[in-house]
Amino acid sequence: MNKKILATLLIVAAVSAALGFLYARRTIVQGPASAARSADAELGAAHRVAARSSTSLKGAGPGGRIVTVKPGDSIQDAIAKAAPGDTVQLLPGTYHETVYIDKDDIALVGVIHGGDWPTLDGEGKRNDAVLYSGNGIRVENLKIVNFKGNAIMGQAGNNFVIRHNWIANSGVYGIFPEFAQNGLIEYNTLTGIEDAAIYVGMSDNIHVANNDVFGNVAGIEIENSRHAIVEHNLAYDNAGGILAFITPGLPIKTTFDVIIRDNFVIANNHKNFGAPGSIVSGVPSGSGVIIMAADDVIIENNVIRDNKNAGIIVADHKSYANITPDPEADPNPDRISVLWNLFANNGYEPIKEIRALMVASLTREGPDLVAVGGGSGSCVADKAGLKSLGISGWAAGCSRTSTADVSTYLLDKPAPPRVMSSDDRGKLIYSSVCAGCHAYNVRMIGPPTLVIQAMYAGNAQGIADYIANPVKKRQDFPPMPPQAHLNADLRLAVAKYMLSLAPPKPAPATN
Amino acid sequence: MMLGGVHSAPAVAASMQLSDQCPASFVLRDGRCWLQTPYQQYSSLMNAGVGGLKTGLPPFRDGFTPREIDLGRLLFFDPVLSFSGKVSCASCHNPASGFADHRARSVGVAGAEMQRNAPSLWNVGFLQHLFWDGRAHSLEEQVEGPLYGRAEMGTTPDRLVATLNGIEAYRVLFAQAMPATARGIRNTDVYRALAAFESSLISLNSRYDLYAHGLTDALSPAELEGLNVFRSFVARCAECHTPPLFTNQQLAVIGMPEPDGRPLDPGAGAVTHEPRLRGGFKVPSLRNVALTAPYGHAGQFKTLRETVAFYSGGRGHAVPRGEQLQLHWHIWEPKLSDRELDRLVDFLGALTDEAFMPTTPTSVPSGLPIRN
Repeated sequence: MNKKILATLLIVAAVSAALGFLYARRTIVQGPASAARSADAELGAAHRVAARSSTSLKGAGPGGRIVTVKPGDSIQDAIAKAAPGDTVQLLPGTYHETVYIDKDDIALVGVIHGGDWPTLDGEGKRNDAVLYSGNGIRVENLKIVNFKGNAIMGQAGNNFVIRHNWIANSGVYGIFPEFAQNGLIEYNTLTGIEDAAIYVGMSDNIHVANNDVFGNVAGIEIENSRHAIVEHNLAYDNAGGILAFITPGLPIKTTFDVIIRDNFVIANNHKNFGAPGSIVSGVPSGSGVIIMAADDVIIENNVIRDNKNAGIIVADHKSYANITPDPEADPNPDRISVLWNLFANNGYEPIKEIRALMVASLTREGPDLVAVGGGSGSCVADKAGLKSLGISGWAAGCSRTSTADVSTYLLDKPAPPRVMSSDDRGKLIYSSVCAGCHAYNVRMIGPPTLVIQAMYAGNAQGIADYIANPVKKRQDFPPMPPQAHLNADLRLAVAKYMLSLAPPKPAPATN
Repeated sequence: MMLGGVHSAPAVAASMQLSDQCPASFVLRDGRCWLQTPYQQYSSLMNAGVGGLKTGLPPFRDGFTPREIDLGRLLFFDPVLSFSGKVSCASCHNPASGFADHRARSVGVAGAEMQRNAPSLWNVGFLQHLFWDGRAHSLEEQVEGPLYGRAEMGTTPDRLVATLNGIEAYRVLFAQAMPATARGIRNTDVYRALAAFESSLISLNSRYDLYAHGLTDALSPAELEGLNVFRSFVARCAECHTPPLFTNQQLAVIGMPEPDGRPLDPGAGAVTHEPRLRGGFKVPSLRNVALTAPYGHAGQFKTLRETVAFYSGGRGHAVPRGEQLQLHWHIWEPKLSDRELDRLVDFLGALTDEAFMPTTPTSVPSGLPIRN
């Protein structure tokens, strides 16, 4: 790589970090989709993004090192070298690997230069492009193609940012944060995904904005999650546009406080190519928005048109085809508010179950809004002119008429870090590892801690050295297994704790 | 006294003293034992105890006294609890066999094979639902199943308390652990002690755990490769066998084959009377799984390699003819390579940790021989 070009690229990267979303807006025109959006909506989003970026989602950023990777290098090696706060920067070109990030505050950021993206290509044989479990992970400016599983999958990584990635034909979910709190998914373009392109699963405080999703089975899905906003997205030509579900059989059982606003949900009439048996394989092609069993969902100011089955479907578990019931999950969608959406030309080719409802209601017009099954407390603000089915129990007019007071459900402060404090580490390692063999003053598998204290008084380092490479000292005890998997700091911390231990107090009589 | 073997209960038993120390991984506070693990420094979403590497554990059953736990240990190994005096809890939950029994299907007092595979008891204090079909909701409730199951230990509630109250050593030991039993040992006292011991079986310090806590060299390259297959959305293992416990504690219909000649076990379908749960079983934890072959609710698979290969065999490939099961959505056709299946097995081996193996007593209060 020519040094001058490299320097230019580094400057581009620095500018991108500095300008944040502005840079993303500038480069997104190089992506495959050029969707029309309302200028007002963009400006609104700009304010919100700017407000958020400076607060709770500051993972890796200024101050950290930049580790640059070029095609032919291993991204994983760079991740291994990176420390919390560092940025791993990918230069344009093609990469063939699965990247996993099991540490905190790492940014994996591509450099897009002259229309050339850094591309992770799964070649149809790799499982996932990016897996992460750390907090404060940022994945940005990557093109991800031809993976079998997910493009970007997080498990219990909080405070994440997944921004401006271009994901095509990459498996089951495109972007899939799971068990996460506080995360932003914005300015991504996703197509050809056989389940949900953006799938927020069992997470809290998530913001999904300004993404383009088309040609997927489902565009955006909020599942068993709370406090999520889906806004300013363009969902078109999927089988289903935007979904908010409680899926039964998962260990976290609720979905509530979801705002779906200011989205374009257009012509989601793609053939459903979901895998047999998958939940989304039951999404009827032509569905704009589907709410299944979720509570307190507000659907506001969206343009919902040309979805052949229905504009909005609100359903309970019983009404959904391939669902196994879960006695611990409430099957009914409650308190759904439909506010000020623009509907046009929905329901012109509905599925037979909806046609049957139309016959029963003596209407020949397919629905903008259809509710099936149980649920209570729902309302629609502007019933006049709305083509609807099954909402006779809904209130006309809603007590809450706008969500303008909520710019985001992202946290003011990041979800707390998960770093052991140095004081507690010794105690935790002692009680979770050492105490299996050493009791204070009782012989167990190893000699009592009291005896060890007498031998090593004032010499914690001596214990730390011994446990890394134990030698058999006593005939009447089995040899101690080496604890070299504990690093030097941990060994010293646990040794100090061991020397500090006082005799346990006897148990008082109980009951 | 109802059992022949019991007449020789040793007089020395009266001098037995229950431990006043908590087992490993527990700290004594206010006279009770409370779990302590590095996982307690992590939170989990909605406190559900499911997630990724640095994720808190699900709610746990602790707060027993050291004596209750120690008494439970003696009861656990004592065959006097069974009708025949020959079967103890440890017969099917043998510490030397990962607290299972290495049989496809367990054998109880009647000498006949039962319907299902004995599950491991490691980390059982975290489980909200017990038995393969999830029908019990506390350890105490669970204990009644094998105690009174005619094919399992085959005793009765009356016989159990009569037997224990007839053994002086037990009267002394129960009085030490639970002073209220001076008026007589009740069934619920037995359940409580057994629950106390069972919930002390902690395995959370495997090499996987060290990796999860941030010790990056704890896993070998092959195991790391296996971890990434395990959590990938192609294999989807981690979707149901969710860290840190490696179970999400849900019921799932996955369509495992039945052993040759056996009819379909309806599992949770028979308990819940929900047809769509026919053939459903509780997702088992995978901790110490390498120690507990064979695998599956009826021990269908002899090895871990055979077990992981089932998941790549195609959705519904082993469902008996004529059965229409509502298979779980995560069961699909991941088309895992042989290499990936091998790495999965490697990774599962990194979940082994028996450091906190409790001590098997040298004798039990009944004086009966210990035969695990």
